[in-house]
Amino acid sequence: MPKLKVDGVEIEVPAGATVLQACELAGKEIPRFCYHERLSIAGNCRMCLVEVKPGPPKPQASCALPASEGQEIRTDSEMVKKAREGVMEFLLINHPLDCPICDQGGECDLQDQSVAYGRGASRYHEEKRAVTQKTMGPLIKTVMTRCIHCTRCVRFSEEVAGVDEIGALYRGEGMQIATYLEQAAKHELSANVIDLCPVGALTSRPYAFEARPWELKKTIGIDVSDAIGANIRLDSRGREVLRILPRVNDDVNEEWLADRARYLVDGLTRRRLDTPWLRVDGKLQAATWAEALAAVGKVHPGSSVAVIAGDMVDCETMFAAKKLANALGSTMLEGRQTGLAYDTSNLAAVAFNSTLAGIESADAILIYGSHVRDEAPLLNPRLRKAVKAGAKVWLIGPWWDTTYPATHLGDDASVIDALPEDVASVFANAARPAIIIGGGALAKGGLGAGLGFAARFNLVREGWNGFNVLHFAAARMGGLMLGYAQAGGIGDIVAAAPKLVISLGADEVDWSKFANSLIVHIGHHGDKAAHAADVILPAAAFSEKDGTYVNTEGRVQFSEKAVFAPGEAREDWTILRALADAFGVTVGFDSFDELRAAMIAEVPALGAEGLADYGAIPAIADHAPASGVIGYAVKDRYLTNAIGRASPTLQRCSAELIHGVFQAEAAE
Amino acid sequence: MADRHPEPDSPALRARWGQFAWTGDNAARAQDIIARYPAGRQRSAVMPLLDLAQRQVGAEEQTQGWLPLPVMEFVARELAMPVIRVLEVATFYTMYNLAPIGRFHVQICGTTPCMLRGSDDIMAACKAKGLKKGHTTPDGLFTLTEVECMGNCASAPMVQINDDNYEDLTADSMTHILDELAAGRQPKTGTQAPGRHTVEPLGGPTTLVAMVSENHDYRGEW
Repeated sequence: MPKLKVDGVEIEVPAGATVLQACELAGKEIPRFCYHERLSIAGNCRMCLVEVKPGPPKPQASCALPASEGQEIRTDSEMVKKAREGVMEFLLINHPLDCPICDQGGECDLQDQSVAYGRGASRYHEEKRAVTQKTMGPLIKTVMTRCIHCTRCVRFSEEVAGVDEIGALYRGEGMQIATYLEQAAKHELSANVIDLCPVGALTSRPYAFEARPWELKKTIGIDVSDAIGANIRLDSRGREVLRILPRVNDDVNEEWLADRARYLVDGLTRRRLDTPWLRVDGKLQAATWAEALAAVGKVHPGSSVAVIAGDMVDCETMFAAKKLANALGSTMLEGRQTGLAYDTSNLAAVAFNSTLAGIESADAILIYGSHVRDEAPLLNPRLRKAVKAGAKVWLIGPWWDTTYPATHLGDDASVIDALPEDVASVFANAARPAIIIGGGALAKGGLGAGLGFAARFNLVREGWNGFNVLHFAAARMGGLMLGYAQAGGIGDIVAAAPKLVISLGADEVDWSKFANSLIVHIGHHGDKAAHAADVILPAAAFSEKDGTYVNTEGRVQFSEKAVFAPGEAREDWTILRALADAFGVTVGFDSFDELRAAMIAEVPALGAEGLADYGAIPAIADHAPASGVIGYAVKDRYLTNAIGRASPTLQRCSAELIHGVFQAEAAE
Repeated sequence: MADRHPEPDSPALRARWGQFAWTGDNAARAQDIIARYPAGRQRSAVMPLLDLAQRQVGAEEQTQGWLPLPVMEFVARELAMPVIRVLEVATFYTMYNLAPIGRFHVQICGTTPCMLRGSDDIMAACKAKGLKKGHTTPDGLFTLTEVECMGNCASAPMVQINDDNYEDLTADSMTHILDELAAGRQPKTGTQAPGRHTVEPLGGPTTLVAMVSENHDYRGEW
């Protein structure tokens, strides 16, 4: 814990801190471009220069200088001021200063810092460098003349994403940032370089020239494209959400966001259900709310009602639908649309108990039937960190490119009970062993086998719980907490042949099995469920309603409403409340606050932000063997839900990056 | 330097170089080079391997050698490293040729000491032989590049042709060297000044003259 002085004020900093971090702890702002807390230190922009004694009588780059005992650091001296002005002037020599036509304008580090630390005028009259245009795929728009060579994008793809595809070519003034042969950036986190870029060299292609940052209303939200529950910010103008950006949350997404979550935004305004529809003589016809509700009211299903929740619904909607079903006398609730039927009697046995941040400290990890990069893109950087810290990783299930060293044990779910001797001995001797069970294993009866593995290798011990189930649906854990699970999964509901099935945005269900039921679809996109529905009641997408989501760890998080739903669409709970009137039953709430209060009264954990306590995982002495070749549920990582399938950006990603079909683009 | 670019990727390039592999000798040499680095640090061998590959390409097509993209990909595979990292190295260092090159790569120094000692005349001599900066002669023999200081200021002006230096040049000696190379003969390397062996002072030493024949203690004269 070295003690040092920053601008005459003595502070104590943690051992291993840099001078830049020491200055920040002292409350001093240090300008920087290349330094980023989550990336390695490059020290090539020179913007963070400070004066340090003892040391050579010249300014030093504080980001790359270790803080040590007795240092005297000055951030306000004449030398520092002149050094910053000089660096800024050099950075601007080759910068085009085309701010009025640059999308970064208003949120540009170079702009802000040149106002704060620059000279205010240039002495440079010679010709500026220009860089030929580079291609980086459908998501990243490049204007490389603006690049200041901070190499944050290079370090991000190498260190965080683990896919070396961006590099710094040539040298000196001729240095250029490019991908090999100008191929598209292909990995699932590629668009994060847009946030990292401190200037307007890498900007968002679909968002180009859409808005200025100061026009946007910022709303905090939760991502619904997978079960990680990434914290996001919805930037909206008027009635439209224009972009989705990650928020910093070290426990969940750090500050990254998967591409497919970021570009859901383009699906929010397309293929929307904005008016009720009724199926008349086999064809859907637009109707009014009164007609639609009356049509449902005439059904008189008795207690033969089932509710199937989709992957993206919030807890409030599921709770309201549950109350409605209960009022009608039914408990047929299910959220696992594709037919999974694992045991949910103990929620600790189906949660990600290590926590996303905790898995970084695991030292032996078995990935059992999960394509982590497709199913939870933000978990893979955590696993990379674990591997960098020395963890060993094994994979059961079809091989996928992990981006870190991992050993493939086999494709069959039964391999877990017949681990090779050396693997078993590593797990037996590991201090923090962990298993990650994915949907692919759950479908083959892997939960029991996983619990058996946990018991065999003592995965739960003092200060460590290495038993993890990685879900894919944002609604999954919330649904399970609210009882959206039948013993036999959705098969039980098919067998019961209910008269009325309410779909809460359930677009992944095989609706052909419900041919004899009346299907009421409460959803926001014209997707698979809408095709099968008899009555469509247009609802709000995640950006258009307040809601509670629970991620795969059991972390309860709240999302806020950014804009109003389009057209005649209503918030989901109001539709369910109106359906209660149509059926002539009472559900016990008349406002969203009452609904939320009732939900919290029933499931108190949903009222407190943070990890829900599910207790201990069950001790299983004996389990049915898992068997069968594991298959992964995600076939196309960009088009995993109704909003994504409606997003032209993600459609293009899917076509170009997965299927290799290129769309011609008009010259700009 | 700013106009250095890798030869564009094309089916013809792939067809010519896609099957590139070490020759027997070079395979052994590559193993030797890789073995110099500690286990897990094999990537460090990228620079010598790129050089080896460039020389092999040169031997195959009777030129100074260059690095087609498929060859860089081959080196990346050899070292199990991402090809973009190999391209970064190859584009950073100017001694890796990114585009096809002639049999003799004439690198002529134009930095101040050489310029003061008459590098302009040397360039004129090259031009008279049909060499053009940044281009290869039509017969594929010579590629001319102007470079910055190569550290032979004491024997300026100089050129580097392939792996040899030619120093103390005049327009005549430059023309002679080019003629000899074109004729397939090896001209004298090093200094071209008559009576000079390396970079010793012309006309005898001007300092420490008392030490030429025997040891001399200067301390008393300070």
